[in-house]
Amino acid sequence: MFKLLFLTIISVFAKVAYAKKSVFMPPEASVYAHDADKLYAFILNVSAVSFVLIVLCIAYFGFRYRRKTANEKTPHMSHNLKLEIIWTIIPSLIFFFMFGWGWKLWNQARHAPAKALEIFVEGQKWSWGFHYKSGRKSVNEVYVPVNKPVKFIISSKDVIHSLFLPAFRKKQDAVPGRYTSLWIQPTKKGEYYIFCAEFCGTEHSSMIAKLKVVSFKDYANWLANDPYKEMSLSKIGKKVFNTSCAACHNVNDTNKVGPGLGNLWNSKSIFENGESLVADATYIRDSILNPNAKVVKGFPKGVMPTFKGQLSEQQIRGLIEYIKSLKEK
Amino acid sequence: MSNLTDKNYLNCEKGLWSWLTTLDHKRIGVMYLISIVIFATLGAVFSLLLRYELFSAGKDFLTALQYNKVMTYHGAIMTFMVLVPGIPAVLGNILLPLQIGAKDVAFPRLNLLSWYCLMAGALIAMISLFTTGVDTGWTFYAPYSIGSAQSGTVFVVLGAFVMGLASILTGLNFIATIHQLRAKGMTFMKMPLFVWGLYATSIIQIVATPVVGITLLLLVAERLLGVGIFDPKLGGDPILFQHFFWFYSHPVVYLMVLPGMGVISEVVSTFSKKVIFGYKAIVYASVAIAGVGFLVWGHHMFVSGQSDWAGVLFSFITMFVGIPTAVKIFNWMTTLYKGSIEFRTPLLFALGFLFVFAIGGLTGLFLATLSTDMHFHDTYFVVSHFHYTMVGGAVMATFAGLFYWWPKICGRMYHELSGQIGFAFVFIGFNVTFFPQFILGAMGMPRRYFDYLPEFEHLHAVSTVGSTIVNIGMVIVFVTLYRAWKNGEVAGDNPWGGTTLEWQTTSPPPHENFTKEMEVSGGPYDRP
Ligand code: HEM
Ligand SMILES: [Cu+2]
Repeated sequence: MFKLLFLTIISVFAKVAYAKKSVFMPPEASVYAHDADKLYAFILNVSAVSFVLIVLCIAYFGFRYRRKTANEKTPHMSHNLKLEIIWTIIPSLIFFFMFGWGWKLWNQARHAPAKALEIFVEGQKWSWGFHYKSGRKSVNEVYVPVNKPVKFIISSKDVIHSLFLPAFRKKQDAVPGRYTSLWIQPTKKGEYYIFCAEFCGTEHSSMIAKLKVVSFKDYANWLANDPYKEMSLSKIGKKVFNTSCAACHNVNDTNKVGPGLGNLWNSKSIFENGESLVADATYIRDSILNPNAKVVKGFPKGVMPTFKGQLSEQQIRGLIEYIKSLKEK
Repeated sequence: MSNLTDKNYLNCEKGLWSWLTTLDHKRIGVMYLISIVIFATLGAVFSLLLRYELFSAGKDFLTALQYNKVMTYHGAIMTFMVLVPGIPAVLGNILLPLQIGAKDVAFPRLNLLSWYCLMAGALIAMISLFTTGVDTGWTFYAPYSIGSAQSGTVFVVLGAFVMGLASILTGLNFIATIHQLRAKGMTFMKMPLFVWGLYATSIIQIVATPVVGITLLLLVAERLLGVGIFDPKLGGDPILFQHFFWFYSHPVVYLMVLPGMGVISEVVSTFSKKVIFGYKAIVYASVAIAGVGFLVWGHHMFVSGQSDWAGVLFSFITMFVGIPTAVKIFNWMTTLYKGSIEFRTPLLFALGFLFVFAIGGLTGLFLATLSTDMHFHDTYFVVSHFHYTMVGGAVMATFAGLFYWWPKICGRMYHELSGQIGFAFVFIGFNVTFFPQFILGAMGMPRRYFDYLPEFEHLHAVSTVGSTIVNIGMVIVFVTLYRAWKNGEVAGDNPWGGTTLEWQTTSPPPHENFTKEMEVSGGPYDRP
């Protein structure tokens, strides 16, 4: 009888534990993500089943043995070696099975194939810079070809950050003073988030980059067409300014269609609604992407178009650097 | 049967001064209780600020910098000022001598000194509130903590150092007390399990705390004097800081939870009127957890840049902590089997502990396993996991212990229904707050985020609602205890039919605990 019960529990356990489903996880964008999710599902199912058994057991005992009269006698059960050995060994076996499985995947996860494409990543407060071997640089966006192994060689300019790719189930800290690495082999085209997972200060939560997985051709095109080859950020900004902004904004203090930006950086801007703030990088960025949220006093609303989707992170950062440099002159 | 007007430790001397200079372990325990409730209230206010800021995506009423400071204060207060001194210094102080039949702890003056150390440390840390504050997170990771512009960092770090002294002194005192002052006939294997929990905890306190103490001083030296130890700019190594820090801070989680497990053993045995099942196994499990706890710190650092082999080893050893934990849960369950179970508030909290601690422990498996940790590390999954073990585990156990021993501590009985209502709020609110955070973590939401993507919003909103419920529960719990203290019914010496020595003296106990020399023959939970 007990044996039967025991066997049933074990077989239910085994069945549930092998159900494959990545509950609550983001989409799987690589083979490794899929493998890691299988282990995740195993641990999740084992945990869920054990938890339910524990709770049912407690609930049953609580109900069955609730106190009925004040002076009930209880049996003196101090220990039972056999039982105790069994319930020490079974969880141990399960735990070490998990360990071994985790180790196996870990080895896979940590050793990039020798032929992997290498991209340098530098974290800094608060953005991710990507540096290809061709000399192409980008900020907060990185293009990689689908189905090719890619190895990120990671460092940090200031404090510790952590490169976290949820869709690939991987993360690795970016530590100043040393290189670390992380590799992926994306199997699906698309856009994926890269978060910073190690607390790095005020804008930690906005230190988000996009990983763009594209066909090899698109990747090669992107790499070859670098309009800003070997240009400094503020030079890039100047170029963008002249084509996109100069029609309405002067680079000195005088107004045109919009306010002159020569003295903007770190000075106070006053808005139509009476609020004001000191112009910093975030404000400039907001003004480019969402210009009508805060309209400077004396200027009509709805005149400046948004540049959302038209300017890359690199271009926006260039503009910020350029506007900064106007003030410094 | 006692009568509350008899001389006892509460009324034998009067006035604030008699409290501030008292050497009585019970009074010192009560002073710890009051101070820690104040700290916890502060910590809870900070947590509500966090939760309400996170209620919806985007900036609400805090700036990112303010959020980070609130997050740091919440974590630092709750860890260094609530959990670490929590169970050992409150329940431990009051009950350790009573449970082993002693008049007091071995070094009463040292005991008082450690309370003053805690106060001094707390004061130093709180001075930082009048500077620009701290924003490093309670973990003070270098090099961020060295370069952070917030000038409060040094105060909080020094405060944590001084509070560490309090912890070391308490541990030292308890070990000496347990070795020297046990009642006649009480061998180690006849000690109550709460005492065993305290013993294991004390070892952690005296072995691990000096390491973090030195680390914190090095951090201050680096920040103020530019000595290069952790900051690569000065030739230091930031990973070294993490090794030092977790060498303390990992064992510290067991420091919080081992005496809590002790409380659970007492409560489960008493309220099922049954001898604890597997006494020896529980003892060995406690000591094993304390010992192995020193060898697993690297599981906080799998993706930090430490060597891959270190990761493998730490993952392997971490699994050994899971085993004794599982064993203890089975022991408590079996203690209920064929018992005579009475559902009073202490037992509800103890069963609540089993429920949440099982979840806390099982989710630990996801974090101990290398490849799954790579995804979960530093996400909300971790936030939820440690709240399940620390709040769900340590705080629930503290409440179980407070309700259980309250009649002993103040001689009066709490109001049963309000105790149970308090439990319901805490239990439900807690799960509503933290369960969604496991899902958030799986979805990839990193921790210590002031703002988040829109897809995380629903679960954050649920979590914030839960935090309101759990805090209402905490208020109900403390009001219930306070009202019992003021005018509860007289409880009697042994209202629960407990078998350990503290139940054999009057409630509240007299100044030196017992009127006669205590002697023990059987096991702590034997029933005639
Ligand atoms: C039920 C009440 C509580 C709520 C609603 C709550 C909520 C939170 C929140 C929102 C965070 C910030 C997470 C982040 O930004 O990543 C946090 C962090 C933390 N909490 Fe709590 N908490 C509660 C109780 C406690 C208690 C009682 C303790 C310990 C005794 C505690 C210890 C911590 C620690 C150590 C951190 C980490 C701080 C850090 O990341 O630096 N919490 N909590
Ligand atoms: Cu970062």
